[in-house]
Amino acid sequence: MELTGAEIFVECLKAEGVDTVFGYPGGAVLYIYDALYKAQNEINHILARHEQGAVHAAEGYAKSTNKPGVVLVTSGPGATNAVTGIADAYMDSVPLVVFTGQVPRALIGNDAFQEVDIVGITRPCVKHNFLVTRIEDLASTIKKAFFIASTGRPGPVLVDIPKDITQMSYEFSYPSEISIRSYNPTVKGNKRQVRRAIDLILEAKRPVLYTGGGVVLAGAAQELTDFTRLTGFPITNTLMGLGAYPATDPQFIGMLGMHGTFEANHTMHDSDLIVAIGARFDDRVTGNIEKFCPFAKIIHVDIDPATISKNVKVDIPIVGDVKHVLADLLEELRSREQGVNPAQIADWWNQINEWRKTKCLSYDQKPDSPILAQYVVEKLWEVTNGDAYICSDVGQHQMWAAQFYKFDKPNRWINSGGLGTMGFGLPAAMGVQIAHPEATVACITGDGSIQMCIQELATCLQYGLPVKIICLNNGYLGMVRQWQEFFYEKRYSMSYMEALPDFVKLAEAYGHVGMRIENPSDVEGALREAMAMKDRLVFMDFITSAENNVYPMVPAGAGHNEMILV
Amino acid sequence: MENESGALSRVAGLFSARGYNIESLTVAPTEDATLSRLTLVTVGSNEIVEQIIKQLHKLVDVVKVMDLNDYPHIEREMMLVKIDVQKSGACDVVKRISDIFRARIIDVGEKSYTVEVTGSRGKLDGFLQALHELRVVEVVRSGSMGIARGAVALHV
Repeated sequence: MELTGAEIFVECLKAEGVDTVFGYPGGAVLYIYDALYKAQNEINHILARHEQGAVHAAEGYAKSTNKPGVVLVTSGPGATNAVTGIADAYMDSVPLVVFTGQVPRALIGNDAFQEVDIVGITRPCVKHNFLVTRIEDLASTIKKAFFIASTGRPGPVLVDIPKDITQMSYEFSYPSEISIRSYNPTVKGNKRQVRRAIDLILEAKRPVLYTGGGVVLAGAAQELTDFTRLTGFPITNTLMGLGAYPATDPQFIGMLGMHGTFEANHTMHDSDLIVAIGARFDDRVTGNIEKFCPFAKIIHVDIDPATISKNVKVDIPIVGDVKHVLADLLEELRSREQGVNPAQIADWWNQINEWRKTKCLSYDQKPDSPILAQYVVEKLWEVTNGDAYICSDVGQHQMWAAQFYKFDKPNRWINSGGLGTMGFGLPAAMGVQIAHPEATVACITGDGSIQMCIQELATCLQYGLPVKIICLNNGYLGMVRQWQEFFYEKRYSMSYMEALPDFVKLAEAYGHVGMRIENPSDVEGALREAMAMKDRLVFMDFITSAENNVYPMVPAGAGHNEMILV
Repeated sequence: MENESGALSRVAGLFSARGYNIESLTVAPTEDATLSRLTLVTVGSNEIVEQIIKQLHKLVDVVKVMDLNDYPHIEREMMLVKIDVQKSGACDVVKRISDIFRARIIDVGEKSYTVEVTGSRGKLDGFLQALHELRVVEVVRSGSMGIARGAVALHV
């Protein structure tokens, strides 16, 4: 059947099972929006208030479902506004397909109105991108885009579609399968490497499992949990990996890295075997690479071969899908006559329990002092029974959320880890809420971050998204201020927000409920009241201690065993 | 790599984005019209070269990567050199050195000769070195191409 390019676009989305598109219209995508109008019963389009918001919303959708998020924006500024979100998705390996309108082919290169070379601009921050130059290629290009975005190490794929292609007609057929000769991600791990890994695991006296976002992306939380329980090893998660193993389980020793726990970092430093699974030895995790884990052999499981031995030399690399490799590791370990001998790691656990006694995450919330952010997050965890989807922005509040909200399930912790994008939280929460309409979705944010995508409050109203915003307001760009306090002799250069809006009135102006909470004794009650408002967005402005710091901390350039405790 | 627009830019962009060095780069279509072959000369430790190869593999447009250092191989580069011959005796010097280097004089003018010389990068550097007493007006180098010796071949 002959369809227009715009109709082909819509049919392709349907064929991919896309139920939601996040976007913003404009001149170059008018034919596509016209086709979407006619298909609105099948594809739900969410109108963000800024293209960055649309992309972060799609990321929230993708991170909470492991399905690709879909974005549609116009050419020029529509496309450039999406770049921050695309770069964010690239750093955190989020499967996204981003469609940008482009000026008609005849005008490309002519400095036409709203023309930018978005394929050129995004080349370093996408997994792949395409400019569709022929209508014959439109359907197969969209098929390729979804395939590339969601297989292997996931990532954003951008498809730039000139306006005239959306207008012209062509016979539609959607390829049922696609193969790309130069793109064949390794799924199964090498069996011999798996056997060698188990040999090391059985010999280890001071082992640790260090797991990252790859486990969440692979949907391998169950396999990881089984493997961890079978070995009896201590396990630490990266920021991106939280929830892949239950945080309330005694084998969990907390997050590692710059603001990880004392016990996790010391366990890493003193270990004789690191089993790294779906993690990438990021600088915020390793600290000073020269001082990183001096005694350890390293097994590294990852789907991306380029991640292996990139920052840290690995002894046993296993390239493959984490879910498959974990299943193989489990099978291999179970097939051995002798499993891990608990006595062999008993001293190690004694040592870890000693480190735990430092209680590095303790804080003292006095009833008559300002509210401490840690206390708010801990109460939020209690009030939501640890079962909420938590989105966060970037800064101190993000670290407190990671430290104090104990994630027992994967895909519940939605944050911007790699790029560290302020403004991520609220739009991401919209995407999560759309994917999970019945769930409790909270956005933990700060007075700085929330203002970077505050316009999305209007989107939340339009679609009735009852996100709960937990604004930990300390009047500062807290993480910047903390570094200035520690490393720049308290010269608080530009980290103080001298003019904050009245967030309660602001929320009300957008049609939502606003609350201001100033006393510790009101925190829990306010949280319960807000959570009870099932169908309303509630903006909770917690006035918190201004000069509160995130502890413990591995200062830049230090090793894991050189933490600042308080 | 795929003979598609943007493919070269992805490779070049990868090198600049990750701080790798490009000594030379040459690219042209192959006998298979859907493919083009790119030869790139870079320097780095074994770890860096390994990482470069892995990163190149990740580019969807890159079909295969071969480190020619892993094989006995032939390296060739072409250079065109325009030399000022107004100084007395300059023509003879150009002719003599061209003979020694098996180079060819491909253009003769009143003021300048242009020479074509082919070989490894080292040979081309040597040729320029040998001409040091003359004024070289212009140098165009193609960048190195390489191919493995024997039956080893880079094909799809």
